[in-house]
Amino acid sequence: MDWLHAPEHFPTNPEDNLLRKIWFVGAAMIFAVSGGITLAADAVDPTAVKSEDGKYFDKEGTPTFKVAPDGTVDWYTYSGYRRYHSECHVCHGPDGMGSTYAPALTDSVKTMSYGDFVGVVASGRKNVSSSQENVMPALGDNPNVACYMDDLYIYLRARANDAVGRVRPAKKEDKPDAYTEAENSCMGRK
Amino acid sequence: MRRLLVATCLGSMAAFAVGSAVANEELIKMSQNPKDWVMPAGDYANTRYSKLNQITAANVGKLQVAWTFSTGVLRGHEGGPLIIGNMMYVHTPFPNKVYALDLSKDQQIVWKYEPKQDPNVIPVMCCDTVNRGVAYGDGKIFLHQADTTLVALDAKTGKVEWSVKNGDPGKGATGTSAPLVIKDKVLIGISGGEFGVQCHVTAYDIKSGKQVWRAYSEGPDDQLLVDPEKTTDLGKPIGKDSSIKTWQGDQWKIGGGCTWGWLSYDPALNMVYYGSGNPSTWNPKQRPGDNKWSMTIFARNADTGMARWVYQMTPHDEWDYDGVNEMILSDQQINGTERKLLTHFDRNGLAYTMDRVNGELLVAEKYDPKVNWTTGVDMNKSSPTYGRPKVVAQYSTEQTGEDKNTKGICPAALGTKDEQPAAYSPDTQLFYVPTNHVCMDYEPFKVSYTAGQPYVGATLSMYPPPGESHMGNFIAWDNKTGKIVWSNKEQFSVWSGALATAGGVVFYGTLEGYLKAVDAKTGKELYKFRTPSGIIGNVTTYEQGGRQYIAVLSGVGGWAGIGLAAGLTDPTAGLGAVGGYAALSNYTALGGSLTVFALPQ
Repeated sequence: MDWLHAPEHFPTNPEDNLLRKIWFVGAAMIFAVSGGITLAADAVDPTAVKSEDGKYFDKEGTPTFKVAPDGTVDWYTYSGYRRYHSECHVCHGPDGMGSTYAPALTDSVKTMSYGDFVGVVASGRKNVSSSQENVMPALGDNPNVACYMDDLYIYLRARANDAVGRVRPAKKEDKPDAYTEAENSCMGRK
Repeated sequence: MRRLLVATCLGSMAAFAVGSAVANEELIKMSQNPKDWVMPAGDYANTRYSKLNQITAANVGKLQVAWTFSTGVLRGHEGGPLIIGNMMYVHTPFPNKVYALDLSKDQQIVWKYEPKQDPNVIPVMCCDTVNRGVAYGDGKIFLHQADTTLVALDAKTGKVEWSVKNGDPGKGATGTSAPLVIKDKVLIGISGGEFGVQCHVTAYDIKSGKQVWRAYSEGPDDQLLVDPEKTTDLGKPIGKDSSIKTWQGDQWKIGGGCTWGWLSYDPALNMVYYGSGNPSTWNPKQRPGDNKWSMTIFARNADTGMARWVYQMTPHDEWDYDGVNEMILSDQQINGTERKLLTHFDRNGLAYTMDRVNGELLVAEKYDPKVNWTTGVDMNKSSPTYGRPKVVAQYSTEQTGEDKNTKGICPAALGTKDEQPAAYSPDTQLFYVPTNHVCMDYEPFKVSYTAGQPYVGATLSMYPPPGESHMGNFIAWDNKTGKIVWSNKEQFSVWSGALATAGGVVFYGTLEGYLKAVDAKTGKELYKFRTPSGIIGNVTTYEQGGRQYIAVLSGVGGWAGIGLAAGLTDPTAGLGAVGGYAALSNYTALGGSLTVFALPQ
């Protein structure tokens, strides 16, 4: 599943970036639905073994966090913290801890693969029964979420592995230039 | 009895527009009968005060549970039931069921209404699928469903008489608030401030459901329903294009200003009062200007919707301090003069006392001493910034800027008080106010708007004020002097509507699930009982068969269910302190039930 996050495999026209992201999300979905990805996050060592433009990957090639001994977190973990608390926390609670009506994502990502995560965020899910009606919206066409999918995953993976605590990470790596470029084109900014 | 009254009215009104005056007179009359609870706040003035006095400060300690009722829904239960004669009308969060119970027949379910709604509306609701209750008028029960359908049900049978769509959930508009019946109209607001909805209050004809008027919170004058010359702001005409001048370009079209709080009405002045919510997005940098008329108290003519006066409490909001909290109407003496007052406890931590006739600002004071984003409101009438809050630079998220974290702002975005309504007792002339005691860090950043998607643009973290471990207070407030008379600490935010009674007892609920009774004069706790789940509903009282009852919905959730379920963090103390602010989930779990109390017979 290396290709899932390898940017060089995608078309390079920046205008297509959001579209590309959505397509990518759709592709991940197919995997999720067909059961093509079954690896659970906690089954895989989350240790970062390589990095590309400030983004870290584990030995399986899945995006992961990197926390230095002095507590400095990688940019994605920090960005994920911010985006999570803008887009996700109104249902999933502060710091991924859950609320009275949505699950704690710090637990969910322990048993959820990267592909499943991306698929559910993009396409939503419904859990409607006679006693419970939980509905996750499809956020794939929301650039505030879709452009930060990896940031969110990496932050929650760090939370699930107790690599970062409940508060805002105090120290962070600088925002990588390549990140800024990708963010601007994904968000449709000049 | 009611029939007879209607007939009498008809006779005397002869040539007048029939339905209108009848429904109005009927409701005013009914709201004066303390045995009933006919509108969401008990009366048009939103006092939440009852003349019933069987339960007193002396005997409330003997209170017992008389009966309970499970709603069958496990989400946050806000609002409270209506009681009309033998009938009680109980509403639930999504899927928005309504039960009609016959109190004279052991609470037998006479009818039940359960709408079919697309569950896709659930995640569009910002903070749980709450609903704040139903309204009664003209023999009908009015319900604003989550999907914005306003439905009129026959109060006797539950049959749908008409229904109308009040907004588009596909664009993030949802229904959470309680309607109010005024004359021949039913008024309703709308939610969606976190989705960039251009929000409004709309009046529908109670007979047909036909729209009579709609007043937006922002937009051109004809959408605002204002008269540039006659509508005033602190005594001065608001002038032409008062709203769109204060937004960049077309931003007002996704400007929020939602109207999900409570409506009040003064029949003598024929004016309706309510507040508008936050401007969208939460990132202030992205929407330069005062963003009028978000965060505003509106006084409108109930027949036409035309605004008589407006007052913007938090121009260019930087903290999500929605202005939707209830407007409580009272007639009191100030400096020896009888005044028609409006008292409002805003999310921004200031309590405002105004003249409700003309919108004159009389008092604006902090009702939690920890409020720090402002040093207070400029009360100098000749000052160019008259009526504006003075913002402290250190706590200004606008001045700190995008992608920077502004720390230690009090109150937090959920406000010193949220929608949970206060009560006013004319006996003590005190207001009883459920409050939050929570501060926050707030970091705004750029977001882009997509219709129907969250449009937030800020990261928040919330915690108790530094050095304190309780997150709520229940206070008594003097609106004439702007001072706290007494204050009871609560471990969690008090997210339940208060009730004041002629028995000298004030009631409220807590997030752990306690129903509490306190002495109206001193605040001394006289009784408490742990209901099945945390209370975010409003306490109600009624009389049936010669007995006074106290009723409250429990069922934890709402915005309180987001932050507090997990427990708040103290960023200054590091992770070790988390346990000190224990999670609400250690005290209560989901529920949905009505608990009804009475004295032993």
